[in-house]
Amino acid sequence: MGRFKTIARRTFLVGSVAVAGGVAFGAWQVAKNPANPLSPEKGATLNPWLIIDGDGITIIVPRAEMGQGVQTTLAALVAEELDIELTQVKVDHGPPAQAYFNGAMSGGREYENSMEPPSSGWGTFMAQAVPKVMSMQITGGSTSTIDAFNKLRVAGASARQTLLQAAANKLGLTVQQLTTENGVVIAPNNSRISYADLAEDAALLEPPQKPQLKTPSQWRYLGKSQPRLDQVPKATGTAIYGIDVRVPDMLFATIRMSPRFGAGIDTIDTSEAEKMTGVEKVVIWENGFGVIASNTWLAFRAAEAVEVEWGPTTYPTDTQAVFRSIEAGFEDKPNVALQDQGDVEAVLKGDDVIDLEYRAPFLAHATMEPMNATAFYTKDHLELWVGNQAPILIRDFCADAVGLDKDQVTLNTTLMGGGFGRRSMVDFAVPAARLAKEMPGRAVQVTWSREEDMRHDWYRPGAICRYRAKLKSGRIEALYGRMSSPSPLAPVIRMSTGINMSPTDPTITEGSHDQPYAIENFKVVGYAPDVGIPVGFWRSVGGSQNGFFHESMIDELAYAANADPLNFRLNHIRSKHLPATKVLEKVGQMSNWTNKTPAGVGRGVAHVWSFGTSVAQVIEVRDEDGLIRITDIWIAADLGLVLDPVNVEAQMIGGAIFGLSAAMHGEITFSGGEVEQGNFPDYDGLRMLNTPRFEVSLLQNNIRMGGAGEPGTPPAAPALANALFDLTGKRARELPLSSMFNFVT
Amino acid sequence: MLTTIKVNGTDYSVNLPGEVPLLWVLRDAVNLTGTKFGCGVGACGACTVHINGEAVRSCQVALGDVSGEVTTIEGHGAPDTMSVLQKAWVEHQVAQCGYCQSGQIMQAASLLAANLTPGDVEIDDAMSGNLCRCGTYPRIRAAIHSAAKSMHEG
Repeated sequence: MGRFKTIARRTFLVGSVAVAGGVAFGAWQVAKNPANPLSPEKGATLNPWLIIDGDGITIIVPRAEMGQGVQTTLAALVAEELDIELTQVKVDHGPPAQAYFNGAMSGGREYENSMEPPSSGWGTFMAQAVPKVMSMQITGGSTSTIDAFNKLRVAGASARQTLLQAAANKLGLTVQQLTTENGVVIAPNNSRISYADLAEDAALLEPPQKPQLKTPSQWRYLGKSQPRLDQVPKATGTAIYGIDVRVPDMLFATIRMSPRFGAGIDTIDTSEAEKMTGVEKVVIWENGFGVIASNTWLAFRAAEAVEVEWGPTTYPTDTQAVFRSIEAGFEDKPNVALQDQGDVEAVLKGDDVIDLEYRAPFLAHATMEPMNATAFYTKDHLELWVGNQAPILIRDFCADAVGLDKDQVTLNTTLMGGGFGRRSMVDFAVPAARLAKEMPGRAVQVTWSREEDMRHDWYRPGAICRYRAKLKSGRIEALYGRMSSPSPLAPVIRMSTGINMSPTDPTITEGSHDQPYAIENFKVVGYAPDVGIPVGFWRSVGGSQNGFFHESMIDELAYAANADPLNFRLNHIRSKHLPATKVLEKVGQMSNWTNKTPAGVGRGVAHVWSFGTSVAQVIEVRDEDGLIRITDIWIAADLGLVLDPVNVEAQMIGGAIFGLSAAMHGEITFSGGEVEQGNFPDYDGLRMLNTPRFEVSLLQNNIRMGGAGEPGTPPAAPALANALFDLTGKRARELPLSSMFNFVT
Repeated sequence: MLTTIKVNGTDYSVNLPGEVPLLWVLRDAVNLTGTKFGCGVGACGACTVHINGEAVRSCQVALGDVSGEVTTIEGHGAPDTMSVLQKAWVEHQVAQCGYCQSGQIMQAASLLAANLTPGDVEIDDAMSGNLCRCGTYPRIRAAIHSAAKSMHEG
């Protein structure tokens, strides 16, 4: 059970107080000071991120903890300024609320002039199509720390000021006569008052809006690695994920939705299933059904016993046909055009134009914890327990599904066994609400089988990329890229606005149009065919395929120019971007890059700027008796100020492994309108035996903070493909690489 | 049908058919949720527990076939009684999402029970049935080495 529930029931209630914080993105802020959603029964809340009561201090971290360590880093921002012991705080996801909007989601991350509001891309789009930026309580886009950096420090500092003022009032002293230390106010005579004893008085004071913040040299936690608050629970099996929620007298359920996306049921016979041991109820919907039982496995078995014929598809039924639709996208009007320098059409003429096509497959998220949600319905209330990246959407959709008002819904956000973008949708929560409504007064936990999870994802879109380029005197004279892929933004807009539209989607070309290469004639356009397969955000989004396309193309051009691929990159990047230059130079030093490899060894390099972060990787591969092993990866990354180096290193390594898993083996294919893969034997990731050695360096030349969770992923596929070319002379222009190369597995 | 199994030293009587996998007995009937469901086909290792000290995939063992004492992550070590291995996991900050880590630790415990001085290849062989989508393998390997060292020397 989520701790928030305990807090909400037991301790909240000092009523709303003015909110500190929310100053991080002033110019873009749509409205100021949304109401504090916390209202403890005892103790006090000084702002939306803080509750102080007799049991201790709880910091609300309203971003999904799905493994990236966000709860510890964001809590450290508050703890730093509040002057409390970080290891003693409790952390909770908190309720869905406008106060927790993610301001950084609306900002673009162009590599130049990035202090200014963006003139294109995300910023423009979000400002126009999603006017209520305020309700975007979303974890995604590698934005959590960037959004929180000022907000949560201000929240901590402002709370500390009001606690000091409350102590001063109580003691008849001035604030200047008092100091704080680890959650205690200290008076000149060394008498000590704990924050808990001051909190209720402090909550009645007007908090300062612009409190003095510490300078980096005064930091005690920030910039230094902190013990993650979730390590002991996760090492002892006591961390509670959505699937672990237990409520007395609960029921366990599963669902089976049409394996042909959106197709209805032609015929269904549930009689055998209904007779099976432990089965309480089978509920039939338009395009699927749910089984409620006394045990999850009994529900799985009963779902298999339901005889069902699914209706036909309305979209191309096999992989080739799906890719023909993507190919046809090139005939449409461009959806997005964010790079246009010089005149590519004029330059790209003649016999020496290099003309290449690349492809990337659909991919599943395959989080370790399959999709699940738990719901408890009574006629005027719905309580939900869901690990999710978008709590406001989850609450609103579930309310709607059972005919309640959103104010009648309590959502507890649990830990997540992986997210990678998958848990930003709502489809895994709504069936739990609907099944709970069938069983009023009893909680129902809905768990998807692994097969259901893999066959009902919002996939990383398959994509085709066509590049035309020309070299002149060893440099790229012109580069013209065109990418066609279904838009992952479209379903999200459809879901959050109810409007069926085809938004301009910068993710179709991100990872290519925004790369810091000085190329005189440089154009990138994107096309967004709707092929009818559900697509969504997958760790690093457009960078996941476009990083591969762009950095493979650059490598091919380096080879055509007979140049060292690392120097070739540097020659185009040096005049354009300092962080990219430095990470490339660094990764060259780390790997002792010489551009010469002995027989049986191959090396490749790639650099991708994504989510405000420059990441360069060198990968080394070796031939072991005909099988290829990835032996080493050197990573240099620059996300500007690093708040927790040990944690960022984990994200860089994990991001690369995620990218390599997909590059080597990842592929979702279709037959008869259904996904062919169902479980890990068909869709595997790296295992320990084929995981290489890692070395990571974090540079800080970047003047702004970049993201950490996603930027490690995009360079992995091209660095590996480039290394395989160096080893074998074979150029992979299509993923996964296992279709061309035999890897150690 | 009532079946009794011994888990972490305690006897539990459960009213479930003998074909129900141990995983779902532990999670849904005994309420020991530290053992995780990942794939249901023995391909990811998230459900690893010990039966008589040996690591098994609990999704592949039917309740009726449980022929010994079961140890789960909860029995291996609680927050205030962590094993050397669990302490090494915390020390190395291994977990990211953490969902696979119960299974990883139970698998590693079984390896170290048989071999207190495993090399990288032996660790890879023992651990490669356990999938981690966050990519924590380098830290898992480091944690196993350091736990082995302190158990060996201690």
